[in-house]
Amino acid sequence: MAKDVAVIGVGQTYFVRGYEGSIRELAFEAFREAMQDAGITQKDVSASIFCSAPEYDKQRSPAGVLAEYLGLIPQPTFYIETVCSSSSSGVKVAYSMIKAGLHDVVVVLGFQKMSEITSAESQERMGRGADIQWEAPFGTMMPAYYALYAQAYMAKNGLTHDDLMNVRVKSGTYGQINERAVYRKGVKPADFDPNNPDARMAGAVAWPLRVGDACANADGASCVILANAEKAKAFSKKPVWILGIGAASEAVNMAARPDFSKGLSVGYAAAAEAYKMAGITAKDVKVAEVHDCFTIAEIMAYEGLGFAPMGEGKQLIREKATYKEGRIPVNVDGGLLSKGHPIGATGGSQIRTIVLQLRDEAGPMQVPGNPDIGLVHNVGGVGLYGNVTIFGR
Amino acid sequence: MGFEKFGRRSFTGMTKTAKFVDLLAEGKVEGTVCKQCGAKFFPPRADCASCLSKDMDWFEMPKKGKLETFTIAYYAPFGFEKDCPYTMGVVDFGDIKLFARLANDIKPEDVKVGMDVSVRPLTYEDGQISFEIFKS
Repeated sequence: MAKDVAVIGVGQTYFVRGYEGSIRELAFEAFREAMQDAGITQKDVSASIFCSAPEYDKQRSPAGVLAEYLGLIPQPTFYIETVCSSSSSGVKVAYSMIKAGLHDVVVVLGFQKMSEITSAESQERMGRGADIQWEAPFGTMMPAYYALYAQAYMAKNGLTHDDLMNVRVKSGTYGQINERAVYRKGVKPADFDPNNPDARMAGAVAWPLRVGDACANADGASCVILANAEKAKAFSKKPVWILGIGAASEAVNMAARPDFSKGLSVGYAAAAEAYKMAGITAKDVKVAEVHDCFTIAEIMAYEGLGFAPMGEGKQLIREKATYKEGRIPVNVDGGLLSKGHPIGATGGSQIRTIVLQLRDEAGPMQVPGNPDIGLVHNVGGVGLYGNVTIFGR
Repeated sequence: MGFEKFGRRSFTGMTKTAKFVDLLAEGKVEGTVCKQCGAKFFPPRADCASCLSKDMDWFEMPKKGKLETFTIAYYAPFGFEKDCPYTMGVVDFGDIKLFARLANDIKPEDVKVGMDVSVRPLTYEDGQISFEIFKS
């Protein structure tokens, strides 16, 4: 379990609908908080990495523009993209640059202003989120892709709509206590009841998934500052070390995917690599953030990460094992479902949550028992990219 | 050229596999097979991902498959709204799979994971050419 690269600062904006500022100002808010958290100045930073899903950005090549606004020139700056897992990928690249000895302190900034384009433009882009040559001509969209997994998984494993609803209910429990979440309302079973005229979440989007099974779009930014061991010890009283990193990719076209009832292959592959590097198993993880862009994705993540055997993820939600007081707390900040999913910012936000948990600074969301190992699972596209990162004190 | 005729709405104008659309017009749904190593692909590819060859041939997709999974879209991306609701699914033919919409004559409540299905070309009223999954 090598302690070569640490997180020395984290920051995140409020995740909101319709941020009243430009992307550079949005990025600055997360950056300022992370720099103040790390207690460093721009002179201490030797490179920066910016991460977003470019289809939402009007600004071409945002890295240079944002580096200037953050006061990080003339240091080198890079742009990294794996859609929804962009900032986890950025952290992997930063880790590699530090391990290689090229840089000692690297800023990774994930951002997304989804409201920069109109909702009609957004809807059009969402239809081109996967294989535009062979699938988009049928009228595909993100909920439909995850619904393909949900349908096969539910048919084989006895997962019910109530189980999916209970993932959303759990998310609502923590969205209520996370002041930076976009969705702060609690969620009740009545919200999913098709016979209730006021049900906000019951409408079918892409069957078997309903409105409440999907995460919320949001504007937001996150910032993670990484340092080598020497700088981490010099700057930080509470460095949080990266113990393991795993990443994988999968075929974009659904026709080339393995058994849909077994979940996303990238989840398994990235987890295996990260656990091996960290020298730990799933049982050692005390708190986790998983990529719950849809309720079904959280259930599949339980299995990909080894928190439950294949096909048995439903038991964790039925037993409330993934609540804050449970055996393996998952997404106790509200997850993507309640916190919101500003694409490029999501991975960094998940990392911030885990870093705060390991520093015992998560406030009302703090998992009891002083957790020493935490995990972040961040997926890009429909399981096109998978990233698992393991952190320890 | 020619590939803009593919699907309800195409996002790709040029591809070396544009013959796929001509084959659909002839009533055939075909994938590509590598002449060097025999690897089969659907959707079609101009280049072999296994042995890097560009020497590819066409083959007709099997007729008997099972519906591995499906979804019914009640919301659609821009340009597809008028088609809602529509069903899309994945067919497993054993050694190869295919993703497409299901034929409109299958009622949503009759669609089941594991049901016997096949695939056929389809021409829309505006002249666009596609393929669809039907109950066999």
